[in-house]
Amino acid sequence: MLNRKDLLGLEDLTKEEIVTILDTASSFKEVLERPIRKVPALRGKTVVNLFFEPSTRTRISFEMAEKRLSADTISFSQTGSSVSKGETLKDTAKNIEAMEIDAIVIRHSESGAPHFLARNLDSVVINAGDGSHEHPTQGLLDLLTVREKKGNLAGLKMVIIGDIAHSRVARSDIWGFTKLGADVSICGPSTMIPAEVEKFGVRVHTRIEEALEGVDVVNVLRIQLERQGQPLFPSVREYAKLFGIDGEKLKRAKSDCIVMHPGPINRGVEIDNEVADGAHSVILGQVTNGVAVRMAVLYLLVGKSAPFLPLEEGEKDH
Amino acid sequence: MNMAQDEILIRGGRIIDPASGVDMVGDVLVSGGTIWKVGKKINHSRSAKVYDAGGLVVSPGFVDMHAHLREPGREDEETIESGAKAALKGGFTSIVAMPNTDPPIDSEGMVRLVIEKGEGAGAARVFPMAAITKGLKGESISEMAHLREAGAVAFTDDGNPVSNAGTMRRALEYASMLECPVVSHCEETSLTKGGAMNEGAVSTALGLKGIPSVAEEIIVARDILLSGFTGGRLHIAHMSTKESVDLIRRAKKMGTKVTAEATPHHIALTDELLRSYDTNFKMNPPLRKEDDRMALIEGLRDGTIDCIATDHAPHTEIEKDVAFDDAPFGVTGLETALGVLITFLVEAGHLTLEQMVEKLSLSPSKILGLSSGTLRPGAQADITVFDPHLEWTVSPDDFLSKSRNSPFCGMKLAGHAVLVLVSGRALYESSKERMAPRGNQPA
Repeated sequence: MLNRKDLLGLEDLTKEEIVTILDTASSFKEVLERPIRKVPALRGKTVVNLFFEPSTRTRISFEMAEKRLSADTISFSQTGSSVSKGETLKDTAKNIEAMEIDAIVIRHSESGAPHFLARNLDSVVINAGDGSHEHPTQGLLDLLTVREKKGNLAGLKMVIIGDIAHSRVARSDIWGFTKLGADVSICGPSTMIPAEVEKFGVRVHTRIEEALEGVDVVNVLRIQLERQGQPLFPSVREYAKLFGIDGEKLKRAKSDCIVMHPGPINRGVEIDNEVADGAHSVILGQVTNGVAVRMAVLYLLVGKSAPFLPLEEGEKDH
Repeated sequence: MNMAQDEILIRGGRIIDPASGVDMVGDVLVSGGTIWKVGKKINHSRSAKVYDAGGLVVSPGFVDMHAHLREPGREDEETIESGAKAALKGGFTSIVAMPNTDPPIDSEGMVRLVIEKGEGAGAARVFPMAAITKGLKGESISEMAHLREAGAVAFTDDGNPVSNAGTMRRALEYASMLECPVVSHCEETSLTKGGAMNEGAVSTALGLKGIPSVAEEIIVARDILLSGFTGGRLHIAHMSTKESVDLIRRAKKMGTKVTAEATPHHIALTDELLRSYDTNFKMNPPLRKEDDRMALIEGLRDGTIDCIATDHAPHTEIEKDVAFDDAPFGVTGLETALGVLITFLVEAGHLTLEQMVEKLSLSPSKILGLSSGTLRPGAQADITVFDPHLEWTVSPDDFLSKSRNSPFCGMKLAGHAVLVLVSGRALYESSKERMAPRGNQPA
């Protein structure tokens, strides 16, 4: 179990906690491969998915994870003006909590919104992505994917490419991968490199050829034009030419490198079809691992009082 | 609290009066609203009330040249009366109300309203600062001469910069004939739009949009150049960065008519505290880094920064109890300033008590042309008696301000006002037992 009420980010998790989540997720992956893909770990528990920002894959992934654990789930989506969101957020969450629930999974366009809820609620709060801050379950599924493909993460060379300044995935990956001993670089146009990011223990590149040299893992971020406010690069065409990953550029990486992408993909912009669908790509594997990781997080935080989960033997009889 | 007195003898305190270079243990006799005598031992009439100030500091009343009192328009956050009372409890005998109210203080009627409401509060004196531009719109300058005549002590669009350099030029030129400063809120808004905190490693970690320090420095530099060009008196409000301090230091060496203030929160705190996403640390300019904080302290030490002002900016709990991006900027400061300054400046060894008193009383009085800020015989008896060693924990429930948004909540501070006199009247007294009843015999 994790000795904490909430999962708000990977920055404040210890290496041991991360490994516990990954190990638990690996066990749950076995469940997902069984004929009956369901365990009773959260039977009688209620999880509410509060999505204040459009999301398809993360919401479905969480709902899937909750159902696989036999939790009762309710999903709620709302968008609105910036200020009214802040005010309704507390009211909405307080009202939902008053209905005796166990956990809230929150996706919000504002950094720190899950922290705000966590301070105000007794229920477990799980961050499903907050503004440009963190997306911890995405970071964990990236870690699980790399661990599966490469074994130990210590010493691996990884590069994250794209809009680092606005990416919550980049932040969670930086914290997670550096804690597990990987050598992490970031690369993107200088307008997309956030202030003093090198203090997080990463190297900064603005030339993709340099950044890709000899790396084991390439994580390509989605270009999120909707988050930038004012343009951070002159044109999509120029971005694709300078930073888009194609087969030619990828030759600089190790021959057995893996290519990841948190999705959804802008094909032909940040990544070419030949790479996205090619032999190095583990993109669909990431999606599968997303369900296992979210099951693990829910189990470790919400299932604290649940009976022992008979993962190895008992469940096979169902 | 409201005890009108003809004669009060404040006895045996450490008298600090930077204006006259006095720092000694002695007595201060107040009579008829003015300071009558300052000396080692003063004989007094039988009718005088005697205040035992043993172990306490007796200083000129503090002057806060930067407070947002929210009236008219947002009386739920603060009123002139509640602000003036909060000020008094904090040791301030005079405060200056900023004009970004609704409607703004940009007409003679509004200036008079603030003065009248301030007089009616029966607490700290309240002086209005008027808008630089009509409606605070940053376009055309207000009727400065009329506003000055009505009682405005200076001009500012604080809360917003005067973005148009041409307008700022005219404001400085026009104000130069009125013998009062133009107070600049230094912010290049094209660089701060959407920002929530200082830009740096912490904003990167938190995923919050940063406010870069250069956004302040660009306007500090611009306004210094405009001041030099026009000869107008410029005062830089709430400066927060190392480069701003350096710019002002250089400007002063060049003889530019520039003064500057820093706030207690920028002197005491850094952006590291925002890691909790606590909106009580959200302010504009934002809390900066440790080297900025130390540069402000050095600026206070060497005289680059003339005075300390609170930028008291009250907001209701409901407004602040939201996600970080949605919360308004601003923190309260009148009731914590003295404790913060003694704890973080004096006890930390950066400033002497005398220097702190000067930054809180004499300097702002000089900048605004007020007659306060001194204990010289004949001066108005605005006096703050404080205990520099009194330890207390900041509890917003005890605030007289209507708002609770303090970044110092729960913090243990040293130093608190215990007796505050305005025009010789003891309007605030925290420990009644020190004031002997009328008729007490002279020692």
